[in-house]
Amino acid sequence: MNKLLRKIFLIDLVRGLWVTFRNQKPAYIYTEQYPQERPAVSERFRGAPRLNIHPESGETLCISCNLCAIVCPENLIVVGWQRDEKNRKQLTTFTYDLSRCMFCGLCEDACPVDALELTQDFELASYTREGQIWDRQMLEEGPRPTPYQS
Amino acid sequence: MNSATETFLDSNELVLNMGPQHPSTHGVLRVILRLDGEKVISTECIIGYLHRGVEKIAENRTYAMFVPYVDRMDYVAAVSNGLGYCLAIEKLLSVEAPPRAQVTRVILTELNRIASHLLWLGTHALDIGAMTPLFYCMREREEVLKIFENYCGARLTTHAFRIGGLQYQLQETFEQEVRRFCAGFPAKLAEYEELLTGNRIWVDRLTGIGILREQDCKELGVTGPVLRAAGVAWDLRKAQPYSGYEQYEFAIPTRQNGDTFDRYMVRIEEMRQSIRIIQQAVERIPDGPIMAKVPNVIKPPVGEVYVSIEAPKGELGYFVVSDGSLHPYRVRVRPPSFLNLQALERMAKGALVADVVAIIGTIDIVLGEVDR
Repeated sequence: MNKLLRKIFLIDLVRGLWVTFRNQKPAYIYTEQYPQERPAVSERFRGAPRLNIHPESGETLCISCNLCAIVCPENLIVVGWQRDEKNRKQLTTFTYDLSRCMFCGLCEDACPVDALELTQDFELASYTREGQIWDRQMLEEGPRPTPYQS
Repeated sequence: MNSATETFLDSNELVLNMGPQHPSTHGVLRVILRLDGEKVISTECIIGYLHRGVEKIAENRTYAMFVPYVDRMDYVAAVSNGLGYCLAIEKLLSVEAPPRAQVTRVILTELNRIASHLLWLGTHALDIGAMTPLFYCMREREEVLKIFENYCGARLTTHAFRIGGLQYQLQETFEQEVRRFCAGFPAKLAEYEELLTGNRIWVDRLTGIGILREQDCKELGVTGPVLRAAGVAWDLRKAQPYSGYEQYEFAIPTRQNGDTFDRYMVRIEEMRQSIRIIQQAVERIPDGPIMAKVPNVIKPPVGEVYVSIEAPKGELGYFVVSDGSLHPYRVRVRPPSFLNLQALERMAKGALVADVVAIIGTIDIVLGEVDR
């Protein structure tokens, strides 16, 4: 009898509706209003790469050991260097092909001097495929805004 | 000329292509349905639309380089994939991850199981017509993904584990975040049950649909919640414990009927058990190193190894052959979704077209893993 009454008065559906009504005013809203509101990514977020420079002297921290290029699964890092008069390696070029990067962070782990780092920056769009290949200047100073050319 | 084409020309059978862009096939699965009116006579799965040749890629990468690629197979349970591969290589190298790494691995994989089941529950309910649970499931999944992001810096393709242990130290707030999630989640789970389990539309829609008996499961090699819903208490975490699972107390939820409703109940119960495991594990995170002594250049001895773990979808196995060089000679993946998908033929036979959507949903496939 009880079962029948429950069936007639749609108790199960009303209970479901009650759950929906309970959630009408959530305590915390998970939706991010992205362009207006910047999402706070975590400290360890793996985003755009950066080649660190010494904060005072402005010299690169990279010692051209080539470990990042060796460890990269996609082979997208190319390190160029020259020997100076003391036969030490001097970094000349550094290219990083972001279009093939899968942000696994292996290059960052391999770097012995914390020169290469994946930062919290995640806005990586560009107008062309070539724009995804970052050179040394872009890696050190951050990406430059590209004016659109048709 | 085979018999299929003959009957097609002679009778009123209708051949219907479902997918590859059909939203309820959860990716790019194409199912060719042969219909007699509303009844399904047979189904044929066409797979391979998401084939990336992951197993071949492995042969051209070193052992450590391949870890991020396994995340991209079952991309809703990336942590479990990484665990399986890392365990396989560790067995090949005869090293074992330190206790702190093992406990952390258990916590993260169980969180990933919850995230995977939540995504399954949301989309499965959406396929059947209940839209509300999707938003609630995504809300709780977001919390799990936040924990992943805070721990390893990525939400989906996490690359959380390395061969021999972990790369990242636990952040200071890790235990607190996990505890908070564990405290709040059972109430949310009760909310889903309130929405669905008692709901007469949900029950009527799922009971008796897509029945797969124990015998069929064993013949087809079906594992995971689909097998447990048919009444077999088979869980690799109990049967051959890895990563210290023997220290935790948890039950294997089983149901008897093997229909779609039972699979739903099994997965809901599994989430409860996962919470139990996490709560036990988070209390006993030991101090110590997080990385075993693994050489920088991994060069395992000649040999082959098969390691299988209980992924959210079933038995996930890695068969790795080493020829003593820097690259694996062969990596073969035994994905749970691929073998579970075979059951579609038997489950859908005689069902209605509308039920095929429910049956595809209930197997919980991820096409990235089926095609690899």
